[in-house]
Amino acid sequence: MAASCRRPEHRAPPDVFYNEDEAKKYSQNSRMIEIQTQMSERAVELLNLPEDQPCFLLDVGCGSGLSGDYLSEEGHYWVGIDISTAMLDVALDREVEGDLLLGDMGQRMPFRPGTFDGCISISALQWLCNADKRTHSPPKRLYTFFSTLYSSLSRGSRAVFQFYPENSEQLELITTQAMKAGFSGGMVVDYPNSSKAKKFFLCLFAGVTGVLPKGLGSETSDKDVPHQVQYSGQRCRFKNMKGKSAKKGRDWIMEKKERRRRQGREVRADTKYTGRQRRPHF
Amino acid sequence: MKLLTHNMLTSHVKGVAKGYPLLIKATEVKVNEVEFNPQFVSRMIPKLEWSALVQAAEQLGHREDLPAELVPDYEKNEEFLKKVHRALLEVEVIEGCLQCPESGREFPISRGIPNMLLNEDEV
Repeated sequence: MAASCRRPEHRAPPDVFYNEDEAKKYSQNSRMIEIQTQMSERAVELLNLPEDQPCFLLDVGCGSGLSGDYLSEEGHYWVGIDISTAMLDVALDREVEGDLLLGDMGQRMPFRPGTFDGCISISALQWLCNADKRTHSPPKRLYTFFSTLYSSLSRGSRAVFQFYPENSEQLELITTQAMKAGFSGGMVVDYPNSSKAKKFFLCLFAGVTGVLPKGLGSETSDKDVPHQVQYSGQRCRFKNMKGKSAKKGRDWIMEKKERRRRQGREVRADTKYTGRQRRPHF
Repeated sequence: MKLLTHNMLTSHVKGVAKGYPLLIKATEVKVNEVEFNPQFVSRMIPKLEWSALVQAAEQLGHREDLPAELVPDYEKNEEFLKKVHRALLEVEVIEGCLQCPESGREFPISRGIPNMLLNEDEV
C-alpha cells in the first residue's frame, strides 16, 4: 500500500482531498500552474475547435479555473463544474471569467442536449474510478457521466480528458464506458518514452468518427523501432554467407578441399572432374 | 450564475423527465460589465431556449424591453444583440436558489455558484 499513498485519489474523496490547503497550491505554486496551463493548451489543441470563432465549452473538474483562464485567453466562453467547494472558492477569488457550478461528475451532467461545442477536463477523470461511498459503482458512474456528457455536447464536437491512469485495467474501464456511451475516439499519449513528460489524453468524438491525432514525441518510436518482426515468406539461404561461395558449387568444393589439405588430411587431387556433375543414370 | 448558464441548466434529479426551465428565486442579483462579442452572441442565439431566457430575465427584473419573440435577421441587428448580451452574460445571480419545475427540488446558489450536488436517493 506504500506506493498507493502517492496517488491523491487513494487518500480521500475529491471533495475532502481538495481542502483549503490543497486549493491554495493551485493559486500559489507556480510549477503547478505552469503544468496545468500547458496541459490545457494541449487539450484545447486536441479539441480542434473552428478557428477564430468563440466557442461555448465545458470544463469538468475545473478546480481553481487555471484551465479556464487559458480558455478565456483564447476567446472562448466556458462553464466549469467541480465537486470541491474550496477549489471553487479559489476560482472565485481569482475572478475567473467562466461560470462555475458545484457538482459531481459521477452524477448526471445537468445540461440541455447539444449545449457545448466541446469539453475539456484536466486531471479529473481518475477520481471517477474510486468508490468513495458505499453506493458508488465506478463503471456505473463513468457510464452515467459519459452518456449525459455525450448528449450535452453538440454533434461533431470533441471531449478531451487529461488524466493519470493508474494501470491498464483502469484505462480499459474508462475507455469501455466511454465507447458504451456512444463516443468514438481513443487515447493520445504524448511523449510515451519519457516517464515525466508522458501525458495521457482521452480524446472522444461525439456523433462523428474522426481521425485520432498523433501524440507528441511519439514519431520516432513509431518509425524507427518496429514492434514486431516483419514476416516474409522467404527462406534466407544464401543471405548471411558474406563472401563465401555457394554450397555444392565447384568453388565451394575447392575451398573445402584446400581447408582439409591444410589440416593435413588425405584429400584427392584436384582434376578436371572435381566438382562436376555426374552423367545422368537413367 | 449567468443567465446563459441558466438557459442550459436542467434538473437532473432521478425521475424528472424534462426539468426545464429551472425557476430562479434570487435574493441578490448583480450586473457585471462583460466585453461585448457580437459573433458569440449571434452564435449562441439558435442554441437558446428563447422563452426561458425572457422568463428568467423577467424574474430577475432585468428584462429591459427584450422582445417576447426572437427577431428575424438578428445577426445584423447590433442593438438587439447588445440587449441579448446584457441578459445572457452581464446579469448574474449571486444568492438565491434554483427550483426544479417538476420535483420542486431546490438547488441553492451561494456566491454565484449553484450547488447541483444530489443526495444518494436522487441519483
